[in-house]
Amino acid sequence: MSPSAEVPVATAGVSRVPAGDALLQVRHLVKHFTVGGGLFGGTPGVVRAVDDVSFAIRRGETLGLVGESGCGKTTTGRCILQLERPTSGQVIFEGRDLTGLDQVALRPVRRRMQVIFQDPYSSLNPRMTVGQILAEPIAVHRLITNAARRRERVHDLLQRVGLLPQHADRYPHQLSGGQRQRVGIARALAVEPALIICDEPVSALDVSIQAQIINLLEDLQAELHLTYLFIAHDLAVVRHISDRVAVMYLGKIVEIADRRELYENPLHPYTQALLAAVPIPDPALEASRPRPVLGGEVPSPLNPPSGCVFHPRCPIAVDRCRGEIPPLREITPGHWAACLLA
Amino acid sequence: MPALAVARFERRLCRRNPVLGGGRKERAVRRATTVGRGAKPPAECDEVPLRGATLRGVVGTLLEVRNLQTHFATRGGVVRAVDGVSWDVREGETVALVGESGCGKSVSALSIMRLVAAPAGRIVGGQILFKGRDLLRLGEEEMRRVRGREIGMVFQEPMTSLNPVLNIGRQLTEGLEIHLKLSPADARRRAEELLAMVGISDPGRRLRQYPHQFSGGMRQRMMIAMALACNPSLVLADEPTTALDVTIQAQILELMKDLSRRLGVAMLIITHNLGVVARYADRVNVMYAGRIVERATAREVYGRPRHPYTLGLLRSVPRLDEPRRARLTPIEGQPPDLTRLPPGCAFAPRCAFCVERCTREAPPLAEVDAGGHVSACWEAARLERVGEPVR
Repeated sequence: MSPSAEVPVATAGVSRVPAGDALLQVRHLVKHFTVGGGLFGGTPGVVRAVDDVSFAIRRGETLGLVGESGCGKTTTGRCILQLERPTSGQVIFEGRDLTGLDQVALRPVRRRMQVIFQDPYSSLNPRMTVGQILAEPIAVHRLITNAARRRERVHDLLQRVGLLPQHADRYPHQLSGGQRQRVGIARALAVEPALIICDEPVSALDVSIQAQIINLLEDLQAELHLTYLFIAHDLAVVRHISDRVAVMYLGKIVEIADRRELYENPLHPYTQALLAAVPIPDPALEASRPRPVLGGEVPSPLNPPSGCVFHPRCPIAVDRCRGEIPPLREITPGHWAACLLA
Repeated sequence: MPALAVARFERRLCRRNPVLGGGRKERAVRRATTVGRGAKPPAECDEVPLRGATLRGVVGTLLEVRNLQTHFATRGGVVRAVDGVSWDVREGETVALVGESGCGKSVSALSIMRLVAAPAGRIVGGQILFKGRDLLRLGEEEMRRVRGREIGMVFQEPMTSLNPVLNIGRQLTEGLEIHLKLSPADARRRAEELLAMVGISDPGRRLRQYPHQFSGGMRQRMMIAMALACNPSLVLADEPTTALDVTIQAQILELMKDLSRRLGVAMLIITHNLGVVARYADRVNVMYAGRIVERATAREVYGRPRHPYTLGLLRSVPRLDEPRRARLTPIEGQPPDLTRLPPGCAFAPRCAFCVERCTREAPPLAEVDAGGHVSACWEAARLERVGEPVR
């Protein structure tokens, strides 16, 4: 694999980190879906699920990607994994652009890049035992050809994620939600990846189990030097686990900054509204907290508003916002926001 | 459940329970029909025990659940989804049932509406006193008059609770015509008012649309309009905002709180989200494995939790209002298998405060201080010294 230093130094607005440090760079990623016009007619249209998204992830860091449903955060993750082929743009992973690679060329890349899905109920094959689920990727990638040694590796993986060797003989339906998500994590780890895309890994779990899984992900990152793209809608969870955070709205990144900076000094009105909407488990505090409820709803990505896509809901929008698309600008060092008024 | 089976079941229930004498029922029904909503003076509440006064002064009890038991027969054995639970809702009050999946909070709500799926699910004991009369003893016909008319419902997933082939208008007017005997024209006018009340613009056009033409937030607004259509005195909201985005969630909760205050409707909010409850509930019941483990005012539950499970829940969530902690503090272990509950306290295997007695004897819900704060923990006194819930 070519060294990442070959990637040209990023230009402003394209990447937030020096190219040498970046494990993954996403540049001007666009994914459009065509809808309608099929068997049942309807007006054909284009959903701009991801609309010119650029960011980079350093080795060993966790980038949080937050936004509401339909903002394109999951599609971004799937485009990085090449589960969806991007309409345009580049996904540069370990120095190579993946967008042009065919399935055969992608196979070794997939070993370096894994995914953990939201729903541990539907993402595990119900007809396979946990042992088979974990051994399969090891066999497919020919990492361990000896069956006995493969079994050892499965036990090792189970132990790493806090399960017992005897869980290898169980079927997914015999496990609780938290245990299933541990199996999902073990499956991702089985091929020794560098990057794991965690797509809402704890949102389907009970509150008391969420903290267990988050702690596990953090421990694994420290032990195995993993890099995470952590996609979630829970702002408190994202703050806990991320080093940097990107906020998406209607297919675009509207703000990206270091975790602390983003939460303490949000610059984009959408980020501010999101943070204000999160209820806090403290009635005394809640009673005194102002609640500026963001009006309206997310517009259809089929027909996004002109100019800044947030302007119809924005409390501070001015005339300019209707006509001009705000570029993602570096407002303070390392803190980028796509707002004309920031 | 077929009506006949219900009636038979209820008769059996009455026979078994000597408290449910005939005379009492008649009195209760008479009172319920003569007393208007929100107008019941405290003096009339002699039969319904009051547990301390609320901040708003003494108000009557609207709903009282006594020792409710709802069981499900499964291949793995009997699941005691709700296992002897008692709680109440006062007039105009917002009460929360909080807990994780499988703790019995949704089954509690379904039990109140007598919508537990038969034959697997059965209410095997207890009383549900609504305005003094026991809903478990009503005939199916009478019960139908309670559902939607006196008790409204809002469910988590509006798309699955709305009929996809009927337009919004028909779904709203049906209840109005049946329960309030409005003429179709009057029902339509009222439906327009209701949509406007829940913040849906252009109600005339919206009434002709179908659920799939509404966004998730609008569908939930529509559900709220349906729940409030017949001026109920109680609305049961089962995870009303769980399927919604955080900004829409805030809108819907504000709307529900505002309407409940304006219309004087009592609300039972069922949720797993501790934040939602903190902002909107007057009193909180925390459930675990089919039982209530703690109950108090919201401020008490969050400020001075006296059950290890509540404390564990509060400690396990990251919070935006506090400095980021290096590490989260989860509750270890897994929720129990309801067909094989441990003897003693169901939370004992996961509990940091567990002592020997906890594994033998189930702790009763007992008062931990004046003001109605109750906790089902042998070691509740020890928790008082733990201090702040999160650090």
